[in-house]
Amino acid sequence: MSEAKIRKQKIKKDSVKMRLVIFGTLALLLLLASIFAEQLAHCDPYLQDLSNAKAAPSMAHWLGTDRYGRDMLSRVIAGSRTSIYSTLLLVAIVTVTGTAVGTVCGFWGGWVDTVLMRISDIFLAFPGLVFAMAVAGVLGGGLQNAIIALAAISWPKYARIARSRTLTEKEAPYIRAARLAGCSTPAIILRHILPNIIGPILVTAMLDIGTMMMELAGLSFLGLGAKPPAAEWGSMMSDTRSLLPTAPWVTLSPGVAIFISVMIFNLLGDTVRDWADPKSRGR
Amino acid sequence: MGKYIRKRFFQLIPVLIGITFLSFAMMRIAGSDAITELYGDKGAVSQEIIDEKRAELGLDKPFMTQYFSWLGGLLTGDMGKSYVSGKDVFGTFVSKLPATLLLTVLSILLTVVIAIPLGVFTAVRHDTFSDYLLRCMSFVGNSLPNFFVALILMQIFSIRLGWLPVIASGTGIKSAIMPTLTLAIAMASKYMRQVRAAVLEELNREYVAGGRARGVSDRVIIFRSVVKSAMLTIVTLLALSIGSLLGGTAIIESIFMWDGVGKLAVDAITMRDYPMIQAYVVWMAVIYVLVNLAADLLYHALDPRIRMEADGR
Repeated sequence: MSEAKIRKQKIKKDSVKMRLVIFGTLALLLLLASIFAEQLAHCDPYLQDLSNAKAAPSMAHWLGTDRYGRDMLSRVIAGSRTSIYSTLLLVAIVTVTGTAVGTVCGFWGGWVDTVLMRISDIFLAFPGLVFAMAVAGVLGGGLQNAIIALAAISWPKYARIARSRTLTEKEAPYIRAARLAGCSTPAIILRHILPNIIGPILVTAMLDIGTMMMELAGLSFLGLGAKPPAAEWGSMMSDTRSLLPTAPWVTLSPGVAIFISVMIFNLLGDTVRDWADPKSRGR
Repeated sequence: MGKYIRKRFFQLIPVLIGITFLSFAMMRIAGSDAITELYGDKGAVSQEIIDEKRAELGLDKPFMTQYFSWLGGLLTGDMGKSYVSGKDVFGTFVSKLPATLLLTVLSILLTVVIAIPLGVFTAVRHDTFSDYLLRCMSFVGNSLPNFFVALILMQIFSIRLGWLPVIASGTGIKSAIMPTLTLAIAMASKYMRQVRAAVLEELNREYVAGGRARGVSDRVIIFRSVVKSAMLTIVTLLALSIGSLLGGTAIIESIFMWDGVGKLAVDAITMRDYPMIQAYVVWMAVIYVLVNLAADLLYHALDPRIRMEADGR
């Protein structure tokens, strides 16, 4: 390899690192904003002030006020807690469940594998949101049920990845060595296989945060997730849809908040993937 | 090929059974049957009448018997009556299907028209300013929730400019513009990236360098060979997205009041109209599975390498 080519690669690697730092910081800021939502919001997001309803954005209310005169900026910040927390919780549930199922299937094989994989086939056969909507509809709305519904359709993807990785890993010589050294099965799975298969799973999880946030907001928008008056971005938008002609800032500002958060998490996900797998760079 | 098709059909059977069973069981888990829906809020109905009605509808039979009789109904197009309107569920569902299919076809056409030329363009001009700009736009399009796009389009075209109706009146072309555009923006952003990746991969093949060395013009290489081979991946991806599109239209349909199955489902969920939800879930899943199968078979038919492998040659 020529010297110039090596140098070029090094620059590319450095730029990925820099992107990782930038987007990581942005995502961290977003998380901090949702943790300290109460301190950040300068007005009470639930405080009504009917004399000041539907006020346009001004110095006092940067994003204006809604139909009850509640400060929109404070409501959007308060909503960040619900939206971001529930998305991260959803991604965590899906990753853990999928990985557990996939590892067990890959490691033991046999009828356990066949049964669980056939079940995952059935879940994969449903078009995602159709099933989620039906589950949320049957369970009767609410943020908790929306999370359950989306988790039910999302785990098979992770189970697939974990299973195929486990299948290749378990034949590796070091696993036999560990077994000869007297490691128990749980120890082999937890200490040897898991650390070796978790990389691609975590990358997938990072890439999925944005999509899951949009799907969760979508369910809330349909009235199948968080319910008003709770401040959640999706339900805030659907709740105030009738205000679009007279006070568009009320309807659109939660949307901008979703867009910015999804964008930050997508950028971070892409960067993490590039960092973990140099081959996919620039795609 | 024939052997492969047969194999795929046999694999389909357990999946279809699973889909129907899960859809049926889900509504039962909801703990609500026709009786509670019919008499639930009236309170003062004697137990006798409830039992009588229960026997009439076959709800006193064991779970599996109920499942099989429901499955039989499913196959003959008898899915019961809507709890809300009292109309035939299957008939209502079928009557709303063309509107959703129209929206699906229109938005896929628009996606193809946007995504393929732009994807090829960005791949050929990779790492130039126009490539970065278009990729940036596709990234933005990918991060926009579709209901947000819908509301923005509504704000611009209906409220500010007054060009298009706020809500759809019937299923005419004028009402279809905004829902189609909303669905196509998200899909085109996604597929532009995938077309770009597929074309870039082809461009790195040796035959491209070989063609160039022999003095074949870039235009001929790109349109005769590269795009043709990249199309394979793209056709499959598009076919696969039809399924998710059929489901994803629900939000958009209910925002724009487009009278398709998506809106029907959202309304049914709000009204807790279980037979209707059941019909929607089962039929959407069946359509999705069949479309996926078609995409898979198409992929096999188009690529001689995979065809040989599947036939075990």
